Amino acid sequence: MKKKMSWPLAIVATVAALGGATAYAAENITGAGSTFVFPILSKWAADYSNQTGDHINYQSIGSGGGIAQIKAATVDFGASDKPLAPEELAQAGLAQFPLVIGGVVPVYNLTGTRPGQLRFSGPVLADIYLGRITKWNDPNLVRLNPGVRLPATTINVVHRSDGSGTTFNFVHYLSQVSGDWRGKVGEGTAVQWPTGVGGKGNEGVSAYVKQIPNSIGYVEYAYALQNKMAFGQVQNAAGRFIMPNARSFQAAAAHANWGAAKDFYLVMTNAAGPDSYPITATVFIMMYKHPKNPVHSAAALKFFRWALAKGQPQAASLDYVPFPPTVVNQINRYIAAEIK
Amino acid sequence: MSTGDRAFRWLTAVAAWAVLITLLAAALSMAWGGRLAFRTFGWKFITSPNWDAVGHNFGAAIPIYGTLVSSALAMLVAIPTSLGIAIFLSEVAPRWLRGPVGMAIELLAAIPSIIYGMWGLFVFAPFMANHVEPWLNDKLGPLPGIGPLFSGPPIGIGMLTAGIVLGIMTIPFISSVMRDVFQAVPPALRESAFALGATPWEVTRKVTLPYTSSAVLGAIFLGLGRALGETMAVTFVLGNAHDFSGSLLMPGNSIAAAIANEFTEADSPIYLSSLIALGFLLFVVTFIVLAIAKFMLMRIERSFG
Repeated sequence: MKKKMSWPLAIVATVAALGGATAYAAENITGAGSTFVFPILSKWAADYSNQTGDHINYQSIGSGGGIAQIKAATVDFGASDKPLAPEELAQAGLAQFPLVIGGVVPVYNLTGTRPGQLRFSGPVLADIYLGRITKWNDPNLVRLNPGVRLPATTINVVHRSDGSGTTFNFVHYLSQVSGDWRGKVGEGTAVQWPTGVGGKGNEGVSAYVKQIPNSIGYVEYAYALQNKMAFGQVQNAAGRFIMPNARSFQAAAAHANWGAAKDFYLVMTNAAGPDSYPITATVFIMMYKHPKNPVHSAAALKFFRWALAKGQPQAASLDYVPFPPTVVNQINRYIAAEIK
Repeated sequence: MSTGDRAFRWLTAVAAWAVLITLLAAALSMAWGGRLAFRTFGWKFITSPNWDAVGHNFGAAIPIYGTLVSSALAMLVAIPTSLGIAIFLSEVAPRWLRGPVGMAIELLAAIPSIIYGMWGLFVFAPFMANHVEPWLNDKLGPLPGIGPLFSGPPIGIGMLTAGIVLGIMTIPFISSVMRDVFQAVPPALRESAFALGATPWEVTRKVTLPYTSSAVLGAIFLGLGRALGETMAVTFVLGNAHDFSGSLLMPGNSIAAAIANEFTEADSPIYLSSLIALGFLLFVVTFIVLAIAKFMLMRIERSFG
């Protein structure tokens, strides 16, 4: 309803602005894509609209849908959890920059364990999702969790049933740390899962994990936090077990070499650095370098610059993590240089 | 013929043809949309259990199997229950009860399928996981023959739960049509049977059911068609796993659920085409199932003379 309301409201606002002969005309910016970024983007959009009168109409149809829509030029910007390769961007005449950071966390439902207590490593997660580690008291899990009494029950694996940027980041990480995963399953927004049940969306996975005893799943960090799900620590490239939180996501972002990545084509999984959380994810914005509607495009860019500079408090309140200032500077330089 | 008659003929003919043309157009456009998948995989698209979006290797065997098995389970639940409801309402129930119960059934038919899905996931699946499936595991799991159907971890989500939820969903459709046709049996027929000393059971078995057999089967087809194409309720409780499993307790996938889950994020032409081809196969599967049912109907009608 909210989304539909904004159209007439926007038209009224536009008419009022024109009629009043004010110097400023409200713009209607449209975007589509990633569901992960939707909560923060709609919060930013509401605040920004109060301040400037510009409306951002964002449809959270999924990352793949966002890429398809921007390629069809039906929206002013697309948002995706999966970056496009520079060649693909060049072919479509698109530019791409990161907007905000999040993470994918393993969530579990196991009686006798506390939230945040269980420790996982990349290879163990890969083996669980490959169906090789089938019991909670598997020696590999016991070794990672000294002092935790793990039951001899079957691990019920839960994954996404729909294509998803969350899945992309999760399996991208598994492909980095497990040769078997890379060879047998690979990476993508949807993969052929060797085992487990599929839930639709973060909410589907969390509903399954909450309901199926002895289960494990993976969801967005903000989603796990808001739904009070038990999530575990993951061993990073430096060998330390890291609790997913804003600090460990930012550590991963700070260690990523954004300057060297053309069009910010970089996935932050398995980042270096002692404090980096290994399944840190990014949302990317895609826009035309030479947009059909330069006025809309300029308004959209103004909104993103505002969000990158002033949107931190809102991001933090919704458990998203803003980029460190050095990366924000790089993004602003890129925008100025690439998008006309 | 007067102008009015001609207009009437035309209007009704157009309405009837519009259905046929829409159906044909939908089938053709899906066959066209799925041509890339059919050309790439050929007959293997129907027989292959693969569904690999990374390796661009797709096959429809698991969704087809899931669609058929979940619908069959649904009919196993829905047909006896619906028959019972309809017979009770038309033969057994006191007159004052018929109105309210009949109304309640019609209201059940108006509940959106997503509500059934959420009820299935949040209420029914835990019940299955905690009470029904452990019992099935213990009692039926070790039996030879049917044992493998009831083995596997009792997670509450899978083919059996989906089939039962589907069955509950289709009960109102089947039972309300059955009740209507039972009540349409000419009173003279039933009353003469009663006058000869027949019990309500004998009247039902020997008069009502034979008289209405084709309409009863029609009601079952209506429910079956709904079960085959049902999407949201199934996707919540089926588990959406492209795995083949002989056990009814294990997750599976259905054609409609796969399309609903994956369509928005199908990011390559062959993936999209495979999903559209799945839609075409749902058409074909539904057509074959209904054709078989129609054939059975003809045989039954012949045997009743």
